[in-house]
Amino acid sequence: MSQSKGRFGIHGGQYIPETLMNAIIELEQAYEHYKNDPEFNKELTDLLNNYAGRPSLLYYAEKLTRELGGAKIYLKREDLNHTGSHKINNVLGQALLAKKMGKKRLIAETGAGQHGVATATAAALLDMECVIFMGEEDTKRQALNVYRMKLLGADVIPVTSGTATLKDAVSEAMREWTTRIDDTHYCLGSVMGPHPFPTIVRDFQAVISREARAQILEAEGRLPDAVIACVGGGSNAIGSFYHFIPDDGVRLIGCEAAGRGIDTFETAATVNTGKIGIFHGMKSYFCQDKYGQIAPVYSISAGLDYPGVGPEHAHLHDIGRAEYVPITDDEAVNAFEYLSRTEGIIPAIESAHAIAYAMKLAPTMDKDKIIIVTVSGRGDKDCAAIARYRGEDIYE
Amino acid sequence: MSNIRTAFQNGKAFIPFITCGDPDLETTAKVIRAAVENGADLIELGIPFSDPTAEGPVIQGANIRALAGGITTDKIFDFVAEIRKDVKIPMVFMTYANVVFSYDAERFMARCCETGIGGIILPDLPFEEKDEFSAIAKQYGVDIISLIAPTSANRIAMIAKEADGFIYIVSSLGVTGTRSEITTNIDEIVKVVRENTSVPCAVGFGISTPEQAKKMAAASDGAIVGSAIIKLLEKYGKDAAPYVGEYIKSMKDAVREA
Repeated sequence: MSQSKGRFGIHGGQYIPETLMNAIIELEQAYEHYKNDPEFNKELTDLLNNYAGRPSLLYYAEKLTRELGGAKIYLKREDLNHTGSHKINNVLGQALLAKKMGKKRLIAETGAGQHGVATATAAALLDMECVIFMGEEDTKRQALNVYRMKLLGADVIPVTSGTATLKDAVSEAMREWTTRIDDTHYCLGSVMGPHPFPTIVRDFQAVISREARAQILEAEGRLPDAVIACVGGGSNAIGSFYHFIPDDGVRLIGCEAAGRGIDTFETAATVNTGKIGIFHGMKSYFCQDKYGQIAPVYSISAGLDYPGVGPEHAHLHDIGRAEYVPITDDEAVNAFEYLSRTEGIIPAIESAHAIAYAMKLAPTMDKDKIIIVTVSGRGDKDCAAIARYRGEDIYE
Repeated sequence: MSNIRTAFQNGKAFIPFITCGDPDLETTAKVIRAAVENGADLIELGIPFSDPTAEGPVIQGANIRALAGGITTDKIFDFVAEIRKDVKIPMVFMTYANVVFSYDAERFMARCCETGIGGIILPDLPFEEKDEFSAIAKQYGVDIISLIAPTSANRIAMIAKEADGFIYIVSSLGVTGTRSEITTNIDEIVKVVRENTSVPCAVGFGISTPEQAKKMAAASDGAIVGSAIIKLLEKYGKDAAPYVGEYIKSMKDAVREA
């Protein structure tokens, strides 16, 4: 009898070509070994603290709180990490693991470019080769990040298949991995794909909620009433939720990219509009037609422009532990501008989806309530695209 | 138990792959009949998927052309039912897990059974996940075809022991597509397969020339060819059938000599 691994309820699993199975098993065994290895953890902690700048701040956004007139809002500042987003947390872990496994080359997909930049950074630091797959459409939306990756020594391969966005970059990275396995680690950037990736990435991102939980207890002497994060594949969200999952009183809210609205076809809100399927190595929710053809999703945010969601989120949705709400392009752009003006913090357009929901939720809550919003990345990379959205052409 | 094994009863088998609806179902019908007339022993029919992660650019292109032409799983089942009136050789589907899952696995297997589809090849359903469909497939007499790859190593025996229909040996690393050279030691893989099962095995991925087909069939029970045929469809479109027929004849002749 066969035995399926890496399940979150009915979701997850390992739906990948046989060619990759031994590589995936080898990765799982290496991870099971190193995650409890004091030497590995010491090295990783050293990198996180002394290279990436952890712990990240939990910042009380007093002005934002006052203007919205409801719950106290704290921002978990993953935008302050080295490379400008939460992606570095996972990448340093996986790159170190790959190095221990004797791999010499990292490949990765990227949407907004944040994961690609983080992977290229780790590869530079750890002396590894690096190839990044990025949808051609996204290389245009995020030209600055393409340049950053090249500057860091990575090859950036524009992917022209399918919709030329994040899902196609994932497909192409998987294809590349089946071609060259021996010396190559696929550094997957989100809590998706086949087991053990959803677990490995979640564990490396869980540092967000481990810190945030301790920080809020220190600042307020109690747990928050809600934790809000944006969800594409869902890595910063699961990282933000993880250590709060056992705390029943803490609402966990994931903000999906609704694009032009969940009643249109131009959306990427997977939990809100998708159905269960099997794709990219996992069973989870996907935007698809009735024959299981994956839908060409849309969002202004290249990082959330993905037709699936990580299997643990699918499970948290099924059991009602987390809520997943849709945020439109318009709402996200408004939040992008609002946070910049009120707090002097320019969030990534991805993170602006989480801010947008906080702007709706906070005023409905009493002033003694507390919300933590994860600012998953900084928004410098988005300025040109947002300017275009507002009808202004700027040169980077 | 399906009729797949009959494909391996007349010496070494030649197995062509054709994407349904590329560029339309009329052409697919003509190509299937040309394949049968020219000696194909088993036909692998592709049900297109929007994001075929195991395919190289050639078969990706066929998927895109077919989907752009409005092909659906329902249309393919109706098509197979129709062509089954005169095409009697074994046929299997090759598609992706989500196509079967979304159609409802039981409904999918029932329609395979009705239309005489003996097996399904799902490149994204490894041994560990085959329980997803295996019980329901068995109930309807449809074989889930197991794949073995150059990297399978210690997994070959385990996979072979539970294999049904035939075993698809993936000749090379990477995705589908023609290759100038196949470097995997197929003999070693086949040896372990034979020690563990009497189910026949055929080699696919990268084969395009009669010499390659002969060599792979000599090492196993047959040769599978996809991308080289799809290239003819890409080139000749609706007029591809005679070209595919001629090609299949040359390949089957080579396989016969193996």
